[in-house]
Amino acid sequence: MHASLSLRRRLAVGLGATAALTLGLTACTSNEEPPATTAPAASAPAPAAGGNDEPGDKIVIGFSGPAADHGWLGAINKAAIAEAEKYSDVELKVSEGTNDANLQISHVETFINDKVDAIVLLPTDGAALTDVAIKAMEAGIPVVNVDREFSSTFAARVTVLGDNYGMGVSAGTYICERLGGQSDAVVAEIAGIDSLPLTQDRSRGFEDALKGCGLSVSNRVAADFTIQGGESATAQLLSAAPKIDAIWNHDDDQGVGVLAAIETAGRDEFFMVGGAGSKNVMDLIKSGDSVVEATVIYPSTQAADGIKLARLVAQGRSMGDLVETSVPRKIQLYAPVVTKDNVDEFIGSAFES
Amino acid sequence: MSSRTATPDTEAKAPARRSRVLGTAGRNTGLVLALVLLCVVGVVTAGDRFANVDNVMTILRLASVIGVLSIGMTFVITAGGIDLSIGAVMGLASVWATTIATQTMATDTHWSLMVFVALAVGLVAGLVNGVLVAYGKVVAFIATLAMMAAARGLAEMISNRQTQRVRVNEFLDAFRGDLLGVPVLVWVFLVVAAAGWVLLNRTTFGRRTVAVGGNPEASRLAGINIRRHTVLVYGLAGLTAGIGAVMMLVRTTAGTSTHGQLYELDAIAAVVVGGTLLAGGRGTIVGTVLGVLIFTTLTNVFTQNNLSTSAQAVAKGVIIVVAVLLQQRLAARSRSST
Repeated sequence: MHASLSLRRRLAVGLGATAALTLGLTACTSNEEPPATTAPAASAPAPAAGGNDEPGDKIVIGFSGPAADHGWLGAINKAAIAEAEKYSDVELKVSEGTNDANLQISHVETFINDKVDAIVLLPTDGAALTDVAIKAMEAGIPVVNVDREFSSTFAARVTVLGDNYGMGVSAGTYICERLGGQSDAVVAEIAGIDSLPLTQDRSRGFEDALKGCGLSVSNRVAADFTIQGGESATAQLLSAAPKIDAIWNHDDDQGVGVLAAIETAGRDEFFMVGGAGSKNVMDLIKSGDSVVEATVIYPSTQAADGIKLARLVAQGRSMGDLVETSVPRKIQLYAPVVTKDNVDEFIGSAFES
Repeated sequence: MSSRTATPDTEAKAPARRSRVLGTAGRNTGLVLALVLLCVVGVVTAGDRFANVDNVMTILRLASVIGVLSIGMTFVITAGGIDLSIGAVMGLASVWATTIATQTMATDTHWSLMVFVALAVGLVAGLVNGVLVAYGKVVAFIATLAMMAAARGLAEMISNRQTQRVRVNEFLDAFRGDLLGVPVLVWVFLVVAAAGWVLLNRTTFGRRTVAVGGNPEASRLAGINIRRHTVLVYGLAGLTAGIGAVMMLVRTTAGTSTHGQLYELDAIAAVVVGGTLLAGGRGTIVGTVLGVLIFTTLTNVFTQNNLSTSAQAVAKGVIIVVAVLLQQRLAARSRSST
């Protein structure tokens, strides 16, 4: 997938170079240097004082994320690469995703060796990648930490976080409102990978929100963010709980499996709230003929924002919309609830799982 | 020593052994050529980014963890077994060690306790594998598959599925630095590999390992305590998993139950590509080291060129198949030459 993407990019650059060259030859511009090698950047004007999107110094950004074995992570990568392509002054080096901390560390080491101007890192495990991120920072390379937080403040210049706790709160609050004072309601939860802090945060937020209306999670299973895991965990959950009123499923990718299990069991006495916000779940919400009533968004554009911020940091700019003269240290995204009423607002930016 | 007592075998074995030695040398030349070829590809496609000291150290550090595990695996496979659990045991040992470090360890306890725990956990898990295989008569594939599941589960229970960070700076400082310009982790790998080489090629233990893998019945008749030897071989593999866990802690400064996932397969691939016979009876440490380096360099070349892991996986598969096909050719030739 990435091979073809980067091939396409190379092709595009090649075409751009040829186009620029022919343009240069035919128009006989005063430009002495043939802009063949780095056509788009060479012809770019100097950075303007104003807008953040104006081309600036040419920079190299290294991007490394976990294996895209999952729709959301695939969307993360795609959005990041697409964002980098928007800027003629950014060259993006993408390390293929991996779930092996040892390997991802070597990817970051490679970026340090290459002396890139900034690193955008979505670690497989925040704690395990902290050390090498500090090493990068000490080498003078600003690190933008995306989604899974490092365990040290020194490891990142900017941190872009989704709101996992907030996702739980949003889901719990929706379920509370929807069940309206049914104090004996059975609420089930299908979590993601339990060893990840993000899962623990989501569950904590969910629990806290439910507590607010006197409810608690009666049945909880953990899957692994995969369709297969979602299916088997849900099948177990459904046989364990003969009657359920509401389910929160942490992740719409595993949701495909969750819905398959629900269908197999022939159950529809409950409603379900999803997580992350995939296109197919939003389609289901829109159609209104499934148990899925809502989903809580966890933006898949975080890494793309990471690229954007890395560019600003590396070029020493600020954020256009803020008064602040430097890029902030931490940015946390919002986790809105998508229902039938507002689905049209969100469906355009949803990711295909 | 004891193989000398098996008189009927000795005459037949002498020429076979000579050709085996030649075959090993030939294979290692092939592996070195493959590695050189990969490096040439790296230099041609990535130039200075590939061929500099920093990048070489990056490759070596990445290779070290899998490398140590592969040395243990070489012994198990040479002895005719297989160990599917070392990756999971490594995860378990890392978690156990960090639990000691983060929760139990008092401030005045030395970090060597942590290292000791990791090694002990690895060793014990390996010995359990060995006992199951040797005395319980459970097929190695199944016994270690069971250990793989159990160790992973136990690691999740101990860590409560949380990542535990090590903040014992003395420990990290001791292992993280360089010695003579080479990372300590790489030295650890070299020492383990050297120790493995001596153990396999220069000691009775090594000769017995080869004998047990080549012909268990003859070894038994020759007076080798096969069961005890099997237990020791699996214990050794577990111990290398423990060492690998310590190295992973140094590298990630964190213990988690997901460490080492699929490392057992990487190790098996490196061992087999290195020229150790999967059926047992022939093992080469040098080949294993080269095998590990080939796969790690391949990863690096792919990373340097922004190529996908999917393509990398295909390349890995092709390398394994080609290596095994070549191995069979060589084996057939050496058989026909005697």
